Amino acid sequence: MIKLNNIHKSYQTGNNSLHVLKGINLEVNAGEMVAVMGSSGSGKSTLLNIIGLLDVHDQGDYYLDGNLIKGMNETKAALLRNKFLGFVFQSFNLISFKNAVENVALPLYYQGVSRRKRNKIAMEYLDRVGLLPWADHLPNELSGGQKQRLAIARSLIGNPKVILADEPTGALDSVTSSEVMDLFQEINQSGITLIIVTHENDIAHKTQRIIKLHDGLIDTDHKNGRTKIETNAVFAI
Amino acid sequence: MFDLDKWQEIFNTIEKNKMRTFLTGFSVAWGIFMLIILQGAGVGLQKGTESQFRSSATNAIWIWNGQTSKAYKGSNSGRQIQMKNEDYDFLGTHIDGIDKISGRYNLWSGNIISYKKESGAYSIRGIHTDYQTVEMLTLVKGRFLNEHDQRYSRKCVLISKLVDEALFKHGEESVGKYVNINGVPFKVVGVFDDDDGRDDNMQVVYVALSAAQRVFGGGRNVNGIVVTVGDATAEEAIEIENEMKAKMAARHRFDPTDERALFFWNSVEEFTRFRKLFASISLFVWVIGIGTIIAGVVGVSNIMMIVVKDRTKEIGIRKALGATPRSIVSLVLQEAILITAFAGYIGLVLGVGLLELISDRIDTPFFRQPEVNITVAIGATALLVIAGALAGFIPAQRAASIKPIEALRDE
Repeated sequence: MIKLNNIHKSYQTGNNSLHVLKGINLEVNAGEMVAVMGSSGSGKSTLLNIIGLLDVHDQGDYYLDGNLIKGMNETKAALLRNKFLGFVFQSFNLISFKNAVENVALPLYYQGVSRRKRNKIAMEYLDRVGLLPWADHLPNELSGGQKQRLAIARSLIGNPKVILADEPTGALDSVTSSEVMDLFQEINQSGITLIIVTHENDIAHKTQRIIKLHDGLIDTDHKNGRTKIETNAVFAI
Repeated sequence: MFDLDKWQEIFNTIEKNKMRTFLTGFSVAWGIFMLIILQGAGVGLQKGTESQFRSSATNAIWIWNGQTSKAYKGSNSGRQIQMKNEDYDFLGTHIDGIDKISGRYNLWSGNIISYKKESGAYSIRGIHTDYQTVEMLTLVKGRFLNEHDQRYSRKCVLISKLVDEALFKHGEESVGKYVNINGVPFKVVGVFDDDDGRDDNMQVVYVALSAAQRVFGGGRNVNGIVVTVGDATAEEAIEIENEMKAKMAARHRFDPTDERALFFWNSVEEFTRFRKLFASISLFVWVIGIGTIIAGVVGVSNIMMIVVKDRTKEIGIRKALGATPRSIVSLVLQEAILITAFAGYIGLVLGVGLLELISDRIDTPFFRQPEVNITVAIGATALLVIAGALAGFIPAQRAASIKPIEALRDE
């Protein structure tokens, strides 16, 4: 589903160049549920943004569902995001002046689905995450856990192949975090690939595979608790 | 292409952001409103000044009898210069550029005019037919004095509305009746109105010049002559005036440089001077108007930029969910255009409405009937809408080209 070959990324800040990703090789198969871990500054969010087509890599090849992502313009990236990807963010990123149904339905607006139809579909997804009674509420009338469930419903509605979650439990307490992870596992069981960036061990251990980043490189890649591939061992101290 | 769903999305956004919409709309509406009020006031000032000239033709040269102030070719100063019918005939045939011409023989106030038991004291003016055009009389009923009245010295009289109301009580028809003027019966042929509103131009009756001279013992004398010069410029009018002066000086043997032998008053020159004043007023109004528009454009641009900045995160979210840059720009722009156009229209209606409301109540000599050129008003509104759209377009374009990750970054 996702294949990365030697991905490099650096950020230009004034005269300084910050080399964030220094050659990432990674393959994620369809239906996998993967956690990406690492200390802050290790490049995990950057990696997620490149996978999510929110950012562009400098070097290397990226294949999304067999399509080579290269020199892509904004319009095409937007279409691919809309068709293949769903996003869940730490700070939810809900549109504050739209109510729950409208927020969930928004991806379908960009797919050209009529208002009545997309609102009906949105109601079904709200039901799925248990927020049907809050359909008319604005985001700031909901709790953190509800907001994140709302964001998850929004990421699901476009029928994506991959859901990318950036610290989805970072702003939640442990009980609601656990609820959100249960929801993710349920989603994964329906066949959707999940990539979750987190720095919490217990969250990571609810996934099938843990990738640890260190200084822009993959440090370890465990599956079911066992080391699957040791990459860049030469850099490990 | 009309995209109903997109408009629903826009209306939805407007409805949920009432304050932002109100502020943007208010600044646009206020700009247009002020522009229209200023334009209207300028026009009012201009019309008021122009109306000061409405009483008589603005292209006339007036001549009155005078007294020489310089000795010339053996004549002493202090000699009376009396113009006669021959001077009228002479000017009419020997000066190029004259459009209309009339002599005047005046009997100043104190002439008793009576009908049945009613009577009053009024001025009498003996005139040629052209005078009615020069003085810009409007006919209320009956007819003006005509060539036959002049040729046969008919005892016909054209009375003012004021005289009509004073002598003919209880709505009695005046046209066709005979009134006594200093004891001589004259037939009323018509009633006129002179809308300069000046009383001394209304306490008057007009008779044919020949009749006035014959009945009231004027011989062949005239008190003055007035000519109009068509659409001559001020320079041409002065040339005609100088030519008349020179030829009259030769006829009456006075020094051509003598300013007091005959008095000349050239309204074209005067009018041109005022027209320059109008032009300055008009320019002033335009400068203020353009200043107001610029202020409006700057205000709208400013607000649009803030609005787009305010929406950066929303734009980032929309992009992450699959919005193309184009759909972002068109969403922001259509909203901006909708708000500015609607608010501009409100400002336009309010401004024009206020002008209409005060227009009837204000009628002072130098400020009357303020109104605004609707083409200018609509043009200004359109300009403001376009400016608002442009001002929104640049930041919207920038926002749409920002990587969603930057827009979504937590501050």
